[in-house]
Amino acid sequence: MIFTIAAKELRALFTSPLAWLVLTVVQIILGYGFLKRLDDFLQIQSQLAQLASPPGVTELVAAPTFATAAAVLLFAVPLLAMRMIAEERRNQTMTLLLSAPISMTEIIIGKFIGLMIFLLLIILVVLAMPLTLAAGTRLDTGLLATLTLALLLLAASFAAVSLYASSLTAQPMAAALLSFGLLLAMLFMGETAGDSLRARGWPIPAAFAQVFSPLRNFEPLGKGMLDSYAIICPLLLTAAFLILAIRRLDGRRLRG
Amino acid sequence: MTPHSSELTVSAKGISRLYGKHAAVRGLDLEVRHGEVLGLLGPNGAGKTTTMQMLTGNLAPTAGEIRVCGIDLMDQPVAAKARIGYLPETPPLYRELNVAEYLRLAARLHRVPRARCEDAVARAMQRCGLAEVARKLIGALSKGYQQRVGIAQAIVHEPDLIILDEPTVGLDPNQILDIRALIRELGRAHSVILSTHILTEVEAVCDRVQILHHGEVVFSNTIAGLREFQRGRTVTISLHRPPAIETLRAIDGVSTVEDEGDGRFLIRFAPDVDPTAALVARAGAENWGLHQLTPAQTSLEDVFVHLTRGENAGVSAGESSSEGATAPAGEPRS
Repeated sequence: MIFTIAAKELRALFTSPLAWLVLTVVQIILGYGFLKRLDDFLQIQSQLAQLASPPGVTELVAAPTFATAAAVLLFAVPLLAMRMIAEERRNQTMTLLLSAPISMTEIIIGKFIGLMIFLLLIILVVLAMPLTLAAGTRLDTGLLATLTLALLLLAASFAAVSLYASSLTAQPMAAALLSFGLLLAMLFMGETAGDSLRARGWPIPAAFAQVFSPLRNFEPLGKGMLDSYAIICPLLLTAAFLILAIRRLDGRRLRG
Repeated sequence: MTPHSSELTVSAKGISRLYGKHAAVRGLDLEVRHGEVLGLLGPNGAGKTTTMQMLTGNLAPTAGEIRVCGIDLMDQPVAAKARIGYLPETPPLYRELNVAEYLRLAARLHRVPRARCEDAVARAMQRCGLAEVARKLIGALSKGYQQRVGIAQAIVHEPDLIILDEPTVGLDPNQILDIRALIRELGRAHSVILSTHILTEVEAVCDRVQILHHGEVVFSNTIAGLREFQRGRTVTISLHRPPAIETLRAIDGVSTVEDEGDGRFLIRFAPDVDPTAALVARAGAENWGLHQLTPAQTSLEDVFVHLTRGENAGVSAGESSSEGATAPAGEPRS
């Protein structure tokens, strides 16, 4: 049942020009960034060779590409997710799902998986670019793996937050802005607010702040460190917002 | 459990829905048996849609209990919803899908096994006359066809209970006839609840009717009962030499008399009695010069207006008499 909904969402994404547009723009940005860094790398390669243990192409080209992809997802995910619930409510098609013998959990998880499959596509394309270098050089596959995992976790938490935002309103555009705002707020909170509040003696555990700081969790994995904390925190964040979205749907049934 | 309860497709007991302090539906009771078509009638804002949303699990009742085929809708929503097909006021159509794709999705969402999906979709399309537009995008269809797709969506999984919210709104007369025929046909094998404010529709397709007003049931009876209610309750007489109006009022069974001038009187009867014969006998004996006597043909519209607008004593007398099947609504109306 979850996959029926996921397939329906994927289909809806691919029948809308927005998803294709997002894919195109993301690809242009990332492709340009990748090629630019590759060009820079080739120019400084001879100097690098003189270092005792020079950073490799994976570190200097692939890692920044993934970091750019993370920033791009910050814009792309809210746009891709905005319609998922908001538009179903505006077009009153949500009734079909709510009247069907499906639980709210299945609806939200189905939509989440549909969105994740689409995002996986973007991530695979991001991964494919450094993989082409394998033709001419040896790649740090371990680092590539953690980078992919980091991007995947980031995409999942962005998707959950955006899905929740989409459940708050019947206006897709408002949902996109809302999720964008939420994500930005979380980035700032994790980066600065948590630390500075703690410096002033607020009893905010570092762990709590880290759950809400997707980019901070991105860092260790981005350096090739398989930090269990950095894996669990985004998963917790994802689960939290999916539960919020489920409760939101249920609340609409209860309160009307 | 009574032996009857096995064929009870839906039973709602005392369901209410409050929005803040405003009660959209108050203490509503409703029962539909297998093979029965129930019409929910009422002016706009009477609570028809809210009732249907509650019956389909789209809205949780503030109070009361709903059972679908004996399954509690609140405790086992998934099992109960599998037996319901619902066409809301706005058909929930994905405009970017074609008809067959959409119905396949609806069938899958209603847990029709994958192997039986194609058959179910083909059957629903054939019943709703959609076969020739199967490959058309829903967004490109006319309103009438979209409405049919909405109905097909509600019956594709062969539910026990079909709930249709104003199924013929916005259709042309031919389409309305088609849809009514379809609803009648559906009513034989399933149970159907439909809401409407078109009275001829109720007459044409329903077995029973409940009239809602301000979120309460004000009338609940069979169609025959509704006809009975509209017939023979009033009579107009014309007299050349009318007696004092009090004399007419004093006749057994007469509840009210209105003087319409020129010796014409509109006489309303109390429930369950027909004093026409007594009236004629008196007129003959006392030489009132009776020259015309017409049983006033109150149309269904009159009954409807009567029930939903006139809230005077005469109405409530009529109500209580024909309310046999209705349980009394919770508290008195304010």
